Amino acid sequence: MRELNVELVTAQVARLCQEANFDLPPDVEAALQEVGKREESPTGRRILGELCENARLARSDRIPLCQDTGLVLVFVEIGQEVRVTGGSLSEAVNRGVAKGYTEGYLRKSVVADPLRRVNTGDNTPAVIYYDIVPGDAFRLTVMPKGFGSENCTALGMLKPADGLEGVKRFIIEAVDRAGPNPCPPVVVGVGIGGTADKALLLAKRALLRPLGSRHADPFIAGLEGELEEQVNALGYGPGGLGGRMTALAVHIETFPTHIAGLPVAVSLNCHALRHKTWVWEGEKSE
Amino acid sequence: MSEVLRLEAPFSEAAARSLEVGQRVLLSGVIYGARDQAHRRFIDALERGEELPLDLCGQVIYYVGPTPVPPGRACGSAGPTTGGRMDRYTPQLIAYGVRGLIGKGKRSPEVVAALKEHGAVYLAATGGAGALLGRRIREMRVVAYPDLGPEAVYRIVVEEFPVTVAIDSRGQNLYELGPARYRKA
Repeated sequence: MRELNVELVTAQVARLCQEANFDLPPDVEAALQEVGKREESPTGRRILGELCENARLARSDRIPLCQDTGLVLVFVEIGQEVRVTGGSLSEAVNRGVAKGYTEGYLRKSVVADPLRRVNTGDNTPAVIYYDIVPGDAFRLTVMPKGFGSENCTALGMLKPADGLEGVKRFIIEAVDRAGPNPCPPVVVGVGIGGTADKALLLAKRALLRPLGSRHADPFIAGLEGELEEQVNALGYGPGGLGGRMTALAVHIETFPTHIAGLPVAVSLNCHALRHKTWVWEGEKSE
Repeated sequence: MSEVLRLEAPFSEAAARSLEVGQRVLLSGVIYGARDQAHRRFIDALERGEELPLDLCGQVIYYVGPTPVPPGRACGSAGPTTGGRMDRYTPQLIAYGVRGLIGKGKRSPEVVAALKEHGAVYLAATGGAGALLGRRIREMRVVAYPDLGPEAVYRIVVEEFPVTVAIDSRGQNLYELGPARYRKA
């Protein structure tokens, strides 16, 4: 049993919130450079050039990549041999978000109530997901999610008879409906199976898979490749102003489901796919 | 159309009408930042027959909710937000006299019709390039609705702010024309 004090969690969450907003992950930056070589549209190439320059400026100046610094999603994996001490873990995470967003001059984009819409002033609360996993490590990922892309989320409770073709059509239509709004080139996260809520969470988690990776199941991996081609045939391109590169990747995650159902969820992320992870292993904290 | 046009904001109806879809523009001058909640208040005021808190006639509205400005800088991150969320308010503001809009993403047929009727334009800035676009902002201050925080109205001085004419005053729409050119059946 290892003991983790929540004060350390607060400090790390504050750091991760800032780093995520200033420092585009290397796989995302590499993907933007790569699609820049394949884009046929001159406007598209110019926009991709701006995005690469934007990533450099954000990192060097410590200015957010995007003014929509998001609503913070936090994914926590707690080893079942870790004991969290010093108070509430969720409160510690939210103190970290408040600290990170205040000290980092990040935008406070959260309203306390969806209907009355008064800003909470410190970008809290975060949306936090906990998983209990074997072992004695503690892993925490911060993902600031912008709402230009979040507003394009789609959920379909398809019929089993709709089958693979129905699933493909639903995914392509979701990206087509979104068009320029989620800031292409997008990453398309897809969740298939489970319940409605499970499918949406799978889709969100699929966004976090490293770009360039494929699903371990060759059938699903093949489907990812096929859907990437179909999404890139839609013609939206960078910024949605026309071009070949509408998506950097399509990532699919699946889960067993009910005999009567075929849930499909699509979660889109803009090209600024921001996330940072902290892994704690007792003394060997990194 | 690769030539870049340098344009001063605010600009006249004639200047707006001369802009053509796809044209690259470097905008310098004064524009006003306003987004969802500020638009709602503008329209509420107009519907009550009240004056707006600032004269937006002939002006350019930028859909932006900037990040707080770090010490020693003129601006933080300040890229465009999705214009479509303002669709229900925009035709009324265009009729009132707003000359230009800067945002990203598609607009409703009603917005396109208002642009044509009144000689106004919708300009696209690159979404998600907030650090780069913030560097083209020389001055920024809140001029109305400070209680709205990031959704307040800002007076913004820009210098060579890069935009593309997305919908011109003839209703030509790059969000349709561009993808149509690259779409495979």
